[in-house]
Amino acid sequence: MLLRLAPAATLAVLAGPVVLGLAFTLLPAFGFLPALGGTAFSLDGWRMLFAAPGFATALALTVGTGLATTLLALILAAGLCAAAAHRPGMARLRRLIVPLLASPPSGVALGFAFLAMPSGWLVRLLSPWATGWEVPPTDLVTVGDPYGASIVAALLLKEVPYLALMLFAASATVPVERLTAAARALGRGPATAWATVVFPQLYRQVRLPIFAVLAFSMSVVDVAIIVGPGNPPPLAVLATRWFQGYDLALYHPAAAAATLQFLLVVLAILLWLALERPAAALNRRWLARGSRSRVPGTAAEVAGALAGLLIVLGLLSLLAMLIWSFAGSWRFPAALPDHWQLAVWQGEAGGAAVLAGTSAGIGLAAVAIALVLTLACLENEQRHGLHPGVAVLWLIYLPLIVPQIAFLFGVQVLLIHAGLDGTPAAVVWAHLVFVLPFVFLSLADAYRALDPRYAMTAAAMGAGRWRIFLVVKLPLLARPILVAAAVGFAVSIAQYLPTLFAGAGRVATLTTEAVTLSSGGDRRILGLVAVLQTALPLAAYGLALAIPFLAFRRFRSMA
Amino acid sequence: MSGGPAAAGALALEGVSIASRDGRHLVERLDLTVTPGTVATVMGPSGIGKSTLLAYVAGFIDRRAFVAEGRVMIGHERIDTLPAEARHVGILFQDPVLFPHLSVAGNLLFGLPRGRWRHRAERRARVSEALEQAGLGGFEDRDPATLSGGQKARVSLLRTLLAEPRALLLDEPFGKLDAALRADVRAFVFAHARERGLPALLVTHDAEDAEAAGGPVVALAGPGQQFRRPSG
Repeated sequence: MLLRLAPAATLAVLAGPVVLGLAFTLLPAFGFLPALGGTAFSLDGWRMLFAAPGFATALALTVGTGLATTLLALILAAGLCAAAAHRPGMARLRRLIVPLLASPPSGVALGFAFLAMPSGWLVRLLSPWATGWEVPPTDLVTVGDPYGASIVAALLLKEVPYLALMLFAASATVPVERLTAAARALGRGPATAWATVVFPQLYRQVRLPIFAVLAFSMSVVDVAIIVGPGNPPPLAVLATRWFQGYDLALYHPAAAAATLQFLLVVLAILLWLALERPAAALNRRWLARGSRSRVPGTAAEVAGALAGLLIVLGLLSLLAMLIWSFAGSWRFPAALPDHWQLAVWQGEAGGAAVLAGTSAGIGLAAVAIALVLTLACLENEQRHGLHPGVAVLWLIYLPLIVPQIAFLFGVQVLLIHAGLDGTPAAVVWAHLVFVLPFVFLSLADAYRALDPRYAMTAAAMGAGRWRIFLVVKLPLLARPILVAAAVGFAVSIAQYLPTLFAGAGRVATLTTEAVTLSSGGDRRILGLVAVLQTALPLAAYGLALAIPFLAFRRFRSMA
Repeated sequence: MSGGPAAAGALALEGVSIASRDGRHLVERLDLTVTPGTVATVMGPSGIGKSTLLAYVAGFIDRRAFVAEGRVMIGHERIDTLPAEARHVGILFQDPVLFPHLSVAGNLLFGLPRGRWRHRAERRARVSEALEQAGLGGFEDRDPATLSGGQKARVSLLRTLLAEPRALLLDEPFGKLDAALRADVRAFVFAHARERGLPALLVTHDAEDAEAAGGPVVALAGPGQQFRRPSG
C-alpha cells in the first residue's frame, strides 16, 4: 500500500539531498569534477583555500560568531523562560515573539542594520540631544564590524525567540510548577529554582534545536552578507561568492571551503557535547552543596531582562522597515520621516507582487508536499503501532544540522546533470528539504497525542481507516495541521541559499531580492520587500488560527 | 429503542490468553460465554489487564506491547481474525468520547449503517427518533460540549447502538459519573442491552456495577488466578 512507502519517501526527501549533496561537494574539494576536467585526486582546492587572503580571519569569524550566537541565544532564551515561569503576565511575551518567529532572518537583519548603523534609528533617537551629532558619525563602526558582532546580534533577534519557544514547548512535558515549588520550599528564589532544577531537565529536549542553531549560525549566508564584514567575510559567504563567481577555477577551493564548513560544524557539536558533562557536574555539585546563593537567580533575571530588550529591538527592526516603506524624505537625525508617501507601494506594486507571488507559490507547493508526506508518515506510524526512536529524530534534524552550503553545492552539481537547475520544481524540492523537518516536528506531537479512543470508537462503529482519517482525525487536528503548514511556509519564505543554488540565480524570491538590494539599494524599496517578507508568513499564521476558529465556531471544545 | 436487527448470537471467548511483551500474564486461557441479553462482568483492580481484554475483543490490542491468542466468537462467526471495523462490536469508554467537531446528530449519524439507511431524511428521522426515545428530543443540533455528564453518556450509548453492533463492550463506562447519575446511566445502558438482546461484557473494579449487571462474573486477580462466580 502507498502509505507504507511514506517513511521511505520522506527519508529520501530529507537524507537523499544531504548525503548525495555532501558527496558531490566532497569530490570536487579533492579534485574530482569531471565536468571541469577534474579526474584525479588533488589537494589544489585546499591549497588555494588556505592561501586565500584573509582565510584565517574568515575561519575565526565563522567559529567565533557561531559559538557566541549559540551560547548567548541559549542563555538569553533560558533567562526569558526563567523570568516568565513565575510571572503570568510574561506569558504574553509568547504572542509578542510570533512576528519574530515568522519573519525570515534576512528580513530581521535588514531591520537590525537600519537600527544599529551610525545613521540608524538608535543613533537618531539619541541625537542630537545626547550625542551632539548633527550628521551621522563617520568614526563609529557598528554594522559590518570586523569582529562579526553585528552578525551575532542580528542572529540573536531570531534565535532567542526560537529557542525560547522550544523551551516553552518542552516545559509542557515537565512538572515545572511542582519542581519550582519544591525548590522554593527549600529556600531557593523562583528564578534560581527554574535555572538549577527545571532547566537541566528541559535541556535534553532542546539539544537538537540548539545544534540546529549552532549549525545555522556558523554557516548563515544571507544575514552575514547583510550585516557582516565584507572583507574577509565568514567562510560560508566566501564559499558562496566563489561558487557564484563564474570563475570555474574557484570551484575547487569553494568546495573545499564548504567541506571545511561541514567539518567545523561537526567539531563544534562535538565540542558542545564534550562541555555538557562538566557543566552538568558543576550544577549538581552546586545543588549538592545546598547553597542558597542568589547568583544563579540574579543571572537568570538579568538574562531574562536582556532577552526582553532583544525582543523589543527585534520588533523595532520590523517596524523600522515598515516605516521606511512609507517614508518620503527622512533626514538625519530626525526620528521619523519628514513626510510620508505611498509612492513606493504604488510604484513597485507590480514587481513586488511578482516576487511575493513566486515566493508564496514555492512556499505553498513545498508545504503541500511536506504535509502529505508528514501526515502519511504519522498515519502509517499509528496503523502499524510504530514508535520511532531517537535515530529517526536525528534523521529529521539532519538537513538542519548539516550546513546548507556543504551540500547545496553538490545538489546543484546533480541538478545541472539532470538538467533541472533553475527550474521552479528544483527550487520547490530544495525548499522541501528544509520545510519538511519543521512541518514534521511541529505536527508530530499533536498527531501522536490525539486521544486514540476517537479512532477506536469510530472503528467500532464500522468506520474504515480512511474514513476515520478524513472525518475524525483531520478535523480534530485541523489547528495543529494548519499551524504546521504556516511554520513550513515561513521556513520556505526565509530560504536564501537553496533558492540561489537550486534556482541557479534565475528564480527571484522576496528573500533573494532583499539580499541583493541590501548592498546599496533604495532603502524604501528594501523596506517594502522586508515588510512583505514578514507579512506573508504572518498572514499564514493568521489564517492557521482563523480557519479552524471559523469552521468550528459552533463547537466550544474546538475553539 | 426499537428497530435494528436482533443480535445474532452469544459472545464467546474461547481460551483467550494475553501476556505483555515483558512477560507478565494478564489473562490465561479464559473461557467465557455471554448469552444475548446478559451483561457479564470482568472484575479486578486497575492495571490488571481488564481493558486490554476488551481491546482484544474489539480489535484494538497493541500487538507490539502484548501477545494475545484465543478465539472470539459471535454466534458461529469467529471475529478475532477480522479488522476492528468489520467486527461490529460496540464499545463504551470511561469518557463519552463524543466527536467534539460534530453536533449531537452528527455524532449519531456517524455510525448509522449506510447500507440500511440511505436517504438523508430517513437517516435524520432515525436519529431524531432515537433521541426522542432517550428523553433527548430536540438535541440534534446541540454542541456535545454543552451537554451534562448524564446527557453525554446517553448520547454516547445511543451512538454505539445506532451502529447496530452485535455485542457491547463496556470499559468502566460509569467510572467517572457521580453516585446519583451512576445508577441512572447504568440502568439506561443495561436496559438497552437487554432490550436489544445484545451480549455485553463489562469491565469494572466496582462490585456494585457487577451486582447491577446481574450476569456471570470473572475476577482477574493477576497471574494464574482467575476466579469465576456464576451469578443469577
